[in-house]
Amino acid sequence: MRLCVEILRIFIHVVYIIEYSRTYQNQRCLNLSSYNYLGFAASDEYCTPRVMESLETFSPSTCSTRIDCGTTVIHQELEEMVARFVGKPAAMVYGMGFATNSTTLPALIGKGGLIISDSLNHSSIVAGARGSGAKVQVFQHNTPSHLEQVLREAIAEGQPRTRRPWKKIIVVVEGIYSMEGELCRLSEIVSVTQKYKAYIYLDEAHSIGAIGKTGRGVCEHDGVDPAKIDVMMGTFTKSFGSCGGYIAGSKELITYLKHVSPGHIYATSMSPPAVQQVISALKVILGEDGSDRGARKLAQVRENSNYFRQELRRMGCEVLGDENSPVMPFMLYNPAKIPAFSRECLKRNVAVVTVGFPATPLLLARARVCISASHTKEDLDLGLEVISEVSDMAHLKYFPQMESFSKVKSV
Amino acid sequence: MTMGGMVQNLTESLATMLDAPLADAVVFGFHIDGHFLLETLLVVAIAFLLLQKSYQPQKRPLTEQEVDQLCEEWVPEPLHPPITKEMEYNPPVLESAAGPRTVVNGKSVINLSSTNYLGLIGNSKIKEACNAALEKYGVGSCGPRGFYGTIDVHLDLEAKIAQFLGTPDTILYSYGLATASSAIPAFCKRGDLIIADEGVSWGIQNGLLLSRSTIKYFKHNDISSLEKRLEEVFQEDQRKRKALNRRFIVVEAIYQNSGLMAPLDEIVRLKEKYRFRIFVDESNSIGIFGKNGRGLFEHLNIPVEKIDIIIAAMGNALASVGGFCSGSSKVVDHQRLSGAGYCFSASLPPFLASASIAAVEIIQQDRERQKMLQENVAFLRRNLSEIPGLTLGSDPLSPLVYLYLAKSSGSFAGDNAILQKIVDQMLEKSVLLTLKKRSVLDKCKLPTGIRIAVSASHEKSDLLAVSLSLKEVVQSILSS
Repeated sequence: MRLCVEILRIFIHVVYIIEYSRTYQNQRCLNLSSYNYLGFAASDEYCTPRVMESLETFSPSTCSTRIDCGTTVIHQELEEMVARFVGKPAAMVYGMGFATNSTTLPALIGKGGLIISDSLNHSSIVAGARGSGAKVQVFQHNTPSHLEQVLREAIAEGQPRTRRPWKKIIVVVEGIYSMEGELCRLSEIVSVTQKYKAYIYLDEAHSIGAIGKTGRGVCEHDGVDPAKIDVMMGTFTKSFGSCGGYIAGSKELITYLKHVSPGHIYATSMSPPAVQQVISALKVILGEDGSDRGARKLAQVRENSNYFRQELRRMGCEVLGDENSPVMPFMLYNPAKIPAFSRECLKRNVAVVTVGFPATPLLLARARVCISASHTKEDLDLGLEVISEVSDMAHLKYFPQMESFSKVKSV
Repeated sequence: MTMGGMVQNLTESLATMLDAPLADAVVFGFHIDGHFLLETLLVVAIAFLLLQKSYQPQKRPLTEQEVDQLCEEWVPEPLHPPITKEMEYNPPVLESAAGPRTVVNGKSVINLSSTNYLGLIGNSKIKEACNAALEKYGVGSCGPRGFYGTIDVHLDLEAKIAQFLGTPDTILYSYGLATASSAIPAFCKRGDLIIADEGVSWGIQNGLLLSRSTIKYFKHNDISSLEKRLEEVFQEDQRKRKALNRRFIVVEAIYQNSGLMAPLDEIVRLKEKYRFRIFVDESNSIGIFGKNGRGLFEHLNIPVEKIDIIIAAMGNALASVGGFCSGSSKVVDHQRLSGAGYCFSASLPPFLASASIAAVEIIQQDRERQKMLQENVAFLRRNLSEIPGLTLGSDPLSPLVYLYLAKSSGSFAGDNAILQKIVDQMLEKSVLLTLKKRSVLDKCKLPTGIRIAVSASHEKSDLLAVSLSLKEVVQSILSS
């Protein structure tokens, strides 16, 4: 079992607990695994003093739900900032990203409704869809033509057995799929849903803050007007170095959700220092702290991702994912290579995450790298060297070396 | 030739034809005659008609134009229903910590709304622990537990809670609401049986729904109703020999929706008699009951091994955020791979884990807080019971005190409107109360009322002032 003892910017100490005997070995490793796209994970010069101030004022918890007395001035400030950032009239925040999906979907749709979700959607969306009582259908991953086909059949045939028309249809997609590194084909999917009058729910857990020129996510990247997306959801865990999630939409939608959503009425409100962390991180990204650190971070993460991906491809590894996406899965295929890759990298002081069944299909095991804006070029080169060495040992260079861009996945 | 003659000729020739031998063969002692041929033809004709399929109209799939037309005609419901006045409720906005006194709209008010039972909000030891963690780890943990999101404070907290409760092991969740929703589906699947109290909170209801097991409810906090249900299940077992399945009883120690205390000793006795397992949600009783603050099971002298699974949210007495589930090592290890809120969600921020560790240490060392809380609860209840027009709801020992209207106005909505007026006027008198709201998704049908959460750090003078103000306000509203 491994555990993180310290996160110092991008290096982590990894403690090895050797089975059953609890001897410890401290190792300083390059962290290519944590979701830290903009580098807000550890102590930050702007954010941390403000977080500590808010801790002093508000304590670590309000011990109350939002609707009782858990709403503080900073919660309201955060909701306004989030709405402004994503380009929607209003927003609401929750204390946990998973709970955001699993309590909002049941509030939006119930029995008699249909949820059409991408086949590779996250387990929180699946939990929310199942808890809502609506019927769930799946469309082929990121394929707008199949989505259109599913929509046409669903509307024409109506509810199963009774054949009554559906009350409403919600299409749920994600901004970046964390196991594929792919961006959603948002503009095409939006045009399909608008044509068939379905509602669209966009989960930007990984893409908010990491994609787009000013970090506003997949809408900005694809040039889609946020007004066309009915419900925008996101989390603060990845790019903002905090915890929690948000839902953004029209004022009436948010008023309704605040009245109905169990995550708002029964769950403890978000911890005030975590709220302040997001506010400060947003201020840095928007440049409202008076410096250009935000813009530099955004440019850096883009540059780092593209550089790393390009080098991995040159090496001959099979890397998935689109340009600019900071999530980089590369294929191992053979399940037996999973522990080998992971342990050999750790021996050489690089921490990567390996994923196998059931998160991915049985024979499509992969290792996933998450790039951060805090990674310097030396860090990336060190990571590349180690991955190259281990890939040679494990025979992971499925393509010939020095191949340039012919294997780029088309958007 | 006459007509009669022709017919006679025809019948004669027909008879000759039928009787004429067709061949000289003799098959099984029968001559093959003409009528044999006719009968064979008839049999063949009947067989052919019987074998014909019955008429079915041809299936015609919808054409593209028809599908287009249906899609054009379909009108979906709006995403949300029209907004009513009731939906536009704005909760009070705090400008300071949610301690026994807090600041709302620039005014200092007495806070009876946050479940800060042991008064740990604002505690300096907890703040120190958080500061140290913030400097070392930052705010977020940036990953689920399986992907380098496990930090040493998580393991320390799990060990600390296990040691505090006396159980072999504990698993941490990053949100109180997600604890029950993840723990229950990890153990119960389709085909299993769960008997739950009808007044359980939404988190548990969601867990029951996601588990897809058969759920039977028993009357709220009524031990005889539970026994009846168990007996029904037992009788059904005797009648139908069904396959063995997992069986659970789900209760809360102090019910969030009513403040009543579950008779846990009776429930444990029943569960042993009928061979069920038990889930107890100790969110509102941990740190408050028992000689060492371990919870309701310690208060009722039940050995902790008899409770199979204990779940609790840390957002109440422990003044933190998150939840945990405690039990045997097998129970906990299973959730490390099957708990959806554990595997697929980011881990608890390290500073909140440090806050919880500090809170548990304070509970272990400082036994005075528990006594103060009990005194405050008794004091408040004595004073509130003298208010005409309101009845006190919950258990005498419970830190959650529910106030209901003594005489109902006839409808839920009417009662709620009166209670909300009382709460609003009390805020003008600098007392922050809350009318417990219920979501439309909540299946609980218990009446709502004003929910007061008593804290160990409330001053008796404040509590007295609250009772007096409440008496005035209730009198003025009910008389108008």
